This record gives sequence, structure tokens and C-alpha cells, in this order.
Amino acid sequence: MSPTVIILFLAIVALTLVITFFAARKTQTAGDFYTAGGGLTGTQNGLAIAGDYLSAASFLGIAGAIAIFGFDGFFYSIGFLIAYLVVLFLVAEPLRNLGKYTLADMIKSRFDARKVRGAAALNTITISTFYMIAQLVGAGALIQLLFGIEYWLAVLIVGVMMTTYVLFGGMIATSWVQIVKAVLLMAGMVIMAFLVMLKFNFNIGQMFTEVKSVTTHGAAYLMPGLQYTEPLGTLSLMLALVLGTAGLPHILMRFFTVKDAKTARSSVITATWVIGLFYILTLFLGFGAAAFVGYETIIAANPGGNMAAPLLAQAIGGDLLFAFISAVAFATILAVVAGLVLAGASAFAHDLYGQIIKKGKVSESEQVKAARYASLAVSVLSIVLALFAQYLNVAFLVSLAFCIAASANLPVILYTVYWKRFNTAGAVTAMLTGLFSALILVSLSPSVFSPIEGAALFVGEPIFPLANPALVSVPLGFLGGYVGTILSKESNMKRYAEVKVKANTGYKSSGANH
Amino acid sequence: MGAEKNYKQGQYVTEEIDFEQVIESKSFKKLMHDRKKFIIPLTIFFLVFYFMLPILTSYTTFLNTPAIGDISWVWLFALAQFVMTWVLCTIYVKKAASFDKQADQIIKEMEQGGDGR
Repeated sequence: MSPTVIILFLAIVALTLVITFFAARKTQTAGDFYTAGGGLTGTQNGLAIAGDYLSAASFLGIAGAIAIFGFDGFFYSIGFLIAYLVVLFLVAEPLRNLGKYTLADMIKSRFDARKVRGAAALNTITISTFYMIAQLVGAGALIQLLFGIEYWLAVLIVGVMMTTYVLFGGMIATSWVQIVKAVLLMAGMVIMAFLVMLKFNFNIGQMFTEVKSVTTHGAAYLMPGLQYTEPLGTLSLMLALVLGTAGLPHILMRFFTVKDAKTARSSVITATWVIGLFYILTLFLGFGAAAFVGYETIIAANPGGNMAAPLLAQAIGGDLLFAFISAVAFATILAVVAGLVLAGASAFAHDLYGQIIKKGKVSESEQVKAARYASLAVSVLSIVLALFAQYLNVAFLVSLAFCIAASANLPVILYTVYWKRFNTAGAVTAMLTGLFSALILVSLSPSVFSPIEGAALFVGEPIFPLANPALVSVPLGFLGGYVGTILSKESNMKRYAEVKVKANTGYKSSGANH
Repeated sequence: MGAEKNYKQGQYVTEEIDFEQVIESKSFKKLMHDRKKFIIPLTIFFLVFYFMLPILTSYTTFLNTPAIGDISWVWLFALAQFVMTWVLCTIYVKKAASFDKQADQIIKEMEQGGDGR
């Protein structure tokens, strides 16, 4: 490890600790802890959304996938971006108008039953846990590669950092860590893309012509079909990507950190510009890595292509840029896992403990205390799970998280806001059908069963053909909610009228007078 | 703390307002009509536009024909997805500003207790 890497690495650690120190002094109420008191501006929250969303899997994984598979790697970029149109058009504003701290709060605006909240909390915990294990295992492997330290130590460093931010600084610290990370990440991306273009004489046509000849794939590199050859598999993946984002608890939670629907809207706009620019730039990184690092070297460093971006930094910018990009990758991991801890903790402390066990009869200080204990528990649990999961192929966990989010959370969100007849039974069946169909189908899929030893968890023929089951599980989630609703006679038009007015006008939404 | 209080207020104070009457009011119905007319076609449009890409690349090969030099149509279509996202965002913000005005008007009517219903 070079001294520059160590210095930049420590600088990031120090900066985030300073943020946490100031945030800790401001964190007094449960509202501060979960939603930064609802006081972020649209631009701040937009950057924080980008910081929460653009994981190391996006930064390193997509650059690597484009370097290796050409166009097919770019599919992810497109799906991850268009997803924000779903968020903007259908979810963000009603969610902000109806919710308080968690997704369960929003669904509660229509249905009081505790089983509804319980199911929503279960979904949040499941999605966040899978996402978290994937992030931590990826982080451990990555830091191992970047800094040459042992896996367990790498996981522990990331784990201790994320616990510190959330435990002491709650959402305020988490948001600012995410904002700083988003700015650093974008700066790193722009510098790298600029240097790549410099090498191609700022001629995009020339870039395409050159990458066509540098890879072993030849002209096929610039065409779809190198990675995704199964049409239904491709469509299923694309469906999970575009609908999953609008159901990810750690992203949804970010909309409660602003004062009203209008600010929620402007956050999505900022996030969409930043995220869109980011994904455009992944193309330059991927092509740059293919041209200046080379397929063999990328694969030799990491078979998944995860080292493509750092290796490119080294090739075009020398040790200093390599150190900077490595430090940015580290910051990226920290910002995402902190957001996940917070989402998981809110489901445990606010939904399960505060609202279900204590029936909402908890004082302000008890709420904050519960939130802190829950954060600590979620962190420790995920660190332990990640330590055991080192040798698992965890890539499927992220797509599973997106798939559950799209199948289990999105139907209930849309039905709650837009469907008059929807009722308690429907809300529970929508969430559970989506959750279990996604879980069961994935456990029978090629992600879990593969005839080739080591390619998946178990050796054997997959029973279900799609690696990502969204194409089946998302319709099942919607169907579950529909059938559950019509089988139950319950219907509360008065409550629906109230939800409809509040969702569409922002009347008396929490924090509307900030 | 402020958020907490307002939220509780929202829970109890709203008892007085007859929301069923509000959703039947002319101004609210107009807002819902305008929103639907805007959101539904555009949502269908962007989902269709998005899924066109994997459908065309999976079942056809005509996007593989070169468009500009070595850049084939599939890349231009991919780029168009980004452009579409940004354009729709911009359109949405403009349109939402007019929905905000309508919503403010409805809230005013609600608080005044039924004018214009």
C-alpha cells in the first residue's frame, strides 16, 4: 500500500468522523435520527440520494461489466436510471405526503392493523439485509484488493465506520457522508472520463473504432448479446431494475428527510441529473479500461471485472489517481452501508418496537435510544453475516434485493395511493406474496443451483430458469394484493378519501410547516 | 420536533374535515383529472420506450446496423433513454408547478370550509 493511498484513506475517515461529530450534537429527537429533522434542501437530498444509490457495485461493477461485455454491461446503467422516472412520477410525492419515518408509516395512513406494519417491516429488513451482506462482502473483497489487507479486517473497518456514523450521527451524519461521497465520486468520474477522452482526442467516433479492435470480441463487443443471451432473462432483469428502485427502503427513507412533496420532487430531479451523468460516464470508464488496461489484466485482477476502474486510474493517471479512486471507492461503500443500517434500524426500532410492541407509547428519548440500539444490532448482525459469507458468490443478492423491492414493496405502495378498493387483507397479501414468491423463485433459480461446481450456492439443475425472477414475482405481488383485496369485504371509503386528498395536495403532511 | 407535532395534529385535527366531500369537489376532481391525463400516458410511454430496448436487442438485430461510423443504432437508442429521462424530468417539474397551485387552492377551500364545492 503506497503512502498516498494511506493518506487519502485516512483523510476520508477523518472527514466523515468530523461530520459525525457535528451531526451527533444535532441529533436529539427521533425525527433527527431517522430523517435529519426533515430539514434537508432539495439539492442536498438529491446528492444524498445519489450517494445512497451509487454503490460500489455501480461504480466498479458496471465499469467492469462494460469493459468486459461491452454493450450488455450498459444495460444496468439504463435500468438504474430510468427507475427514477418511476420514483418521480408515481412514488416520491405521495410517499412524502403520507409517510413519516418509514414505508410502514405511509401504508399505515390507510390501514391501522399491526400486521400491515409487521409485513412492511419484514420486507424492509429482508431487503436491507440482503443488500447489506452483498455490499459488505463486496466491500471486504474490494478493500482487500485495493489496500492489500485481510478480508475480515476490511469488513471490520467498514463495519465499525458505518456503525459510528449511524449510532452517533443518525440520518444527519449519514446524509452528509452520502453528499460528500457523491461529490467525490462525481469528481473522480469526470476526471477519469476526461483523461480517457484526452487519449481518444475527444473524438467519440474514434473511441468506438478503437475499442472495437482492442478486445477479443471484435465487432461483437459493441453489440448486445455478449452477456445476456436469454431474451426472457434479460427482460426479467430489466424489469427488476426499473421497478426495484421505487421499493428500496433505504432510498424511500430519503424522501422523509425533506420538508414537503415539492422538495421531494426537486431532490429526485437533482438525483436524476447526477445519476444520469454518472451512468453516461461509466461508458467512458468501461471503454477506457478495455482499451488501456486490457481484458486479460482486468480479468486477472478480479474475474468479475471489479478492478477495471481502479486499474484504469493507474494506467491513465498514475499512482495519485489510483489512490484517489481507491479512496473514493471506499467512501462509496461507507455511504451506502450507512444508509442500509439506518433503513434496517428504522424497521426494527420504529416499526417493530415502537409501534407494534409498544403501540406507539414511547417517549422521545426512548425512541432515540431504541433507534441507537437497533442500529448497533443491525450493524453487528450484518458484520457477522458478512464474515461468514466471504466465499459465497453474493452477486445475486443485489438483484434479489431489487427483485423483492419490486415485487413486495412497489405493489403495496401503488395500491395504497391509487386504488380505492384496496384494504388491509390486500396490503398484507400483496407484501407477503411478493416477498415469498421472489424468495422462493430465487432459491430455485440458476443463482442458487448450477450444474457447474462453484458457480452458485449448490450444485444441481435449477428448477426455475430465470436468474432474476422479477418477470414472474412482480405480477404475483400485484395479483396477491388484488386477490387478497377482493376476498375481503372490508372497505373504508372515508379513510381512502383522506389519503387521496393528503397524497395529492400535501394537506397536513408531517413536517409541512417546516 | 416540529415534524412530530404537526404529524399528530394532522391525525386529530383532520377529523373535522369531510374528505369524502373534498374528493367530490369540483376543484379536486379537476386536479385528479389533470394529473391522470398527464401521468398515465407519460408513464406508459417511458415504460414502453424502455422495454423496447431489451425487446429489440433480444429478438431483432437491426439495431446493430452502424449509424455514425462505428457507432451503431443500439448506442443511439441507449443514449436516447438518457435524453428521454432528462426531458421527462423537466416536463414533469413544469407541469407539477401547476398542480401545486391547484393543490394550494384546494387546501385553501378546505380550510375555509367548503367554498367552491
